[in-house]
Amino acid sequence: MGKTPVTLTLNKAERAGFTDPGENLLNFLRRGLGDLSPKYGCGQGTCGACTVLIDGEPQLSCLVLAETVSGKTVNTTGGLADGAQLHALQTAFMDGFAAQCGYCTPGMLMAAKALLDRNPRPSRDEIAEAISGNLCRCTGYAPIIDAILAATGQQVQG
Amino acid sequence: MAFTIETYATTAEAARAMGADARFLAGGTLVMRDVNAGDQSFTRIIRSTDPALTAIRGTGDGISVGACVTLHQIVANPDLAFLAPVARQVGGPQVRNMGTVGGNLFAPHPYGDFTVALLAIGAKVTTAQGQKPVDDFLRDRDRSGLVTEILIPRPRDPGSFGWHKVSRTKPKGASVMSIAAYLPREGGRIRNVRIAFGAMGGHPLRATGAERALEGQSLDASTIARAAAVTLEGLSPPTDPLASEWYRREVAAVHLTRLLTRMERS
Repeated sequence: MGKTPVTLTLNKAERAGFTDPGENLLNFLRRGLGDLSPKYGCGQGTCGACTVLIDGEPQLSCLVLAETVSGKTVNTTGGLADGAQLHALQTAFMDGFAAQCGYCTPGMLMAAKALLDRNPRPSRDEIAEAISGNLCRCTGYAPIIDAILAATGQQVQG
Repeated sequence: MAFTIETYATTAEAARAMGADARFLAGGTLVMRDVNAGDQSFTRIIRSTDPALTAIRGTGDGISVGACVTLHQIVANPDLAFLAPVARQVGGPQVRNMGTVGGNLFAPHPYGDFTVALLAIGAKVTTAQGQKPVDDFLRDRDRSGLVTEILIPRPRDPGSFGWHKVSRTKPKGASVMSIAAYLPREGGRIRNVRIAFGAMGGHPLRATGAERALEGQSLDASTIARAAAVTLEGLSPPTDPLASEWYRREVAAVHLTRLLTRMERS
């Protein structure tokens, strides 16, 4: 079975690689292109740890056939920071102790970024909805929701 | 990974390529999940780039939805506002950006909430063999071939359609059960009622007993009580990690009563 060439824009850079038939995008990003920021959690669309933005939309990279992103734009947590300057969401997660073991964090950050890109001042409920596809077994979610609120410059209510 | 990926420009070519060794890849939430799990029951993955698969268009008394239209597109389409509360409760945002209306028709228990609504509203499914009601399609869905479009009738009164999903976690959780009710009324009487349950059988099923109790009646507390008494007729709830068969049987009438009472008051 031959490999298929894939070219895409990953975190603003033109990238290319070869994918095996049936390989998912998560594998392709991690093993093919060396972007280790999206995480493998469940492989079945339950946990959200592999969330990346495809043409701006949050999707589960473990359930995307790698070759279908040819010509598309993919953004991962690996591209959030601008050099040494962390993204506002990353700083807020750090300041608000929104990461404990940290495994869900890349997916949470991308789900949150997708929300803020279209709604810069979301309510608490809108944030809860936006991260409802991402499981966290450490924090109980409240610090994550608080951090996303803080990243938008909104007051965090007790 | 011994898969071959076949991409076709038209649905006609893709439909011809389907077979027992093939699965059609729409949003990926079902097929890629099986690929990741090492499923070896299929070796060919069929795709199509036909724009008809992602189109939504009005057809007079209804709406034609391409099989690869995502649940997010349903939420965002004002023409399909009555189905937005259903689509919004399928998975999380990521799953709604990927999962499709056509794929939902094949979702195994306990998934497939959107199909419950399609069954209640009396949608039709178009495959290479022609058009058939969702009821018939579901009975034989493993041998249906490629689904290209779903025809959704437009309810004359959006208030005649009601939706209730029961899950253990909010805002996202798989269904303990889901219920869609379509209660068109003529002169205060219910005509051509359709009630569908999800997660209460191998695929979405109609509650034939409750339908019979409601047909021709006015929607009031005593009619609702009579329908609730025969809720389980036509359903065969399974035991799974979300709930036992016993529990599902015990609470089905309670949830049907809640939905119908809410519809009576609105």
